[in-house]
Amino acid sequence: MKIAPPMTSSPLLASLDHAGVRRDGRWLVRDVSLTVQAGEIVTLIGPNGSGKSTTAKLALGLLAPDEGRTERRSGLVVGYVPQKLSIDWTLPLTVDRFMRLTGRQSARDVDAAIAATGVDHLRKAEVRTLSGGEFQRVMLARAIARKPDLLVLDEPVQGVDFAGEIALYDLIGDIRRDLGCGVLLISHDLHVVMAATDRVLCLNGHVCCQGAPKEVAASAEYRQLFGGRAAATLAVYEHHHDHTHLPDGRVLHADGSVTDHCHPEDGHHDHGTHDNGDHDRKHHDRGDGERRHAG
Amino acid sequence: MGITTGSIMTGGMGSAAMLDDFFTRALIAGIGVALTAGPLGCFIVWRRLAYFGDTLSHAALLGVALALLAEVNITLAVFGVCAVISLALLLLQRRASLSADSLLGLLAHSALALGLVVLAFMTWVRIDLMGFLFGDILAVSATDIAVIYAGGAAVLAVLAWIWHPLFAATVNHELAEAERMRPDRANLIFMLLMAIVIAIAMKIVGVLLITALLIIPAATARRFATGPEHMAVLAAGIGALAVVGGLFGSLEWDTPSGPSIVVAAFVLFLLSLLPRVMTLRKESVR
Repeated sequence: MKIAPPMTSSPLLASLDHAGVRRDGRWLVRDVSLTVQAGEIVTLIGPNGSGKSTTAKLALGLLAPDEGRTERRSGLVVGYVPQKLSIDWTLPLTVDRFMRLTGRQSARDVDAAIAATGVDHLRKAEVRTLSGGEFQRVMLARAIARKPDLLVLDEPVQGVDFAGEIALYDLIGDIRRDLGCGVLLISHDLHVVMAATDRVLCLNGHVCCQGAPKEVAASAEYRQLFGGRAAATLAVYEHHHDHTHLPDGRVLHADGSVTDHCHPEDGHHDHGTHDNGDHDRKHHDRGDGERRHAG
Repeated sequence: MGITTGSIMTGGMGSAAMLDDFFTRALIAGIGVALTAGPLGCFIVWRRLAYFGDTLSHAALLGVALALLAEVNITLAVFGVCAVISLALLLLQRRASLSADSLLGLLAHSALALGLVVLAFMTWVRIDLMGFLFGDILAVSATDIAVIYAGGAAVLAVLAWIWHPLFAATVNHELAEAERMRPDRANLIFMLLMAIVIAIAMKIVGVLLITALLIIPAATARRFATGPEHMAVLAAGIGALAVVGGLFGSLEWDTPSGPSIVVAAFVLFLLSLLPRVMTLRKESVR
């Protein structure tokens, strides 16, 4: 069961190449490039309405890009935990039946996934009677039981209490290690992301910045609040914004200028702070940044 | 129920004699429609498509009018019109800015009005409008029964085939699509199945009451169902029970048969509420 994550030349699962989605004359996201490889955890963070879910849907192929390109490996098995899923009273749906919603998983896989997420006692319960946190675990269990190549988790810890949140983040790290799958994780929390994350993309309609998450710098508050274990699990992504978004949607840059949009090549950005994960950029941008600067 | 369907299957001398009786034919036909409508009705309830069912059944009258005008088979024409309305709805939903319920209302009543206008133009055709609006189950022929059972079997077979993707799409469309269940294809097929069921059910309860036969048994089944498949089977059984009860009731009290079936279904629904009321009372006494 334990498969070491492939360290080199991991196969590409999904990629976005300068992809954008436009609705009613407004760009929901624009110029987003990202790749997810097997055995890698990529986290999207950003405020509400910053296009995290839209970006995930582009990666899943649920939305077609209005500009740029998206690709997925053929035959990719996906496990998806959507941000919102409401079960109507009219639907008689137990956890056991929900586990087999989109495929006929073996009893062993279902048992293992249910045990891993700690929802064994809820198997016969109707899904709509679960609490928010219980339902999140069940949704995660369902996605894991599919043994996916790519796991897409849209705010998987919403409604989970803090201790449970840490356990779930740990679990996501374990799943990545055991299945060797790629994980695209969405969090609305700007400060708390997993230490296990390989790359963080900060979105605000576009990729604000990206890079490897830095461990919490021995922050006394974190240790005090969550204990030593939590401090090892949680990390603050070191965040260098070189621009701020004005209420009217325009962008105020660090050099004092204001533009309608925010593009890395517009000359207002300090590229030194923009990418603080050089080892990740190698396979992420694949020479893209260089090409764009040249052009 | 087992005996009647069995007699259809064997088709021996005895059943031929049985089919001579209009009341027996009505029972067999009604049960056949109920068995098909039950599982499909569950999806109507789960997906909140009651108004969609109404739209299709109202459009059925336009199908009748066109069939009489072009002198083609009524069941086929009704299926055709319902299928066109379903596809039109899919297209309009994609591009129009009107909300789904406004679109449904627009299509339903336009089709119903068109049907009535076309029928009024055909002064040479004398039709029993009430028969189409409220059904004429006592007039079903052996051919009608064959159509109902062949169509019903086909509908149930296809529904079983698309069951998993359709149910996954009912729970969450994007989840089903992300995990490669092809929900759009399942939805399209489901709409065509609806068109078939309305075409074959029209004669039993009439265009105004078809939706009742789809929804009420499913709503009744919900209280006792432990899973979606269980609910589908229960809805089929409850629908069949309503047909039997309604037909015997109409015989006993000389009431119109189509509406009587719907009333029987409603009574079963009310009875299904009783256990809950009684437990509530027990709790309040305690």
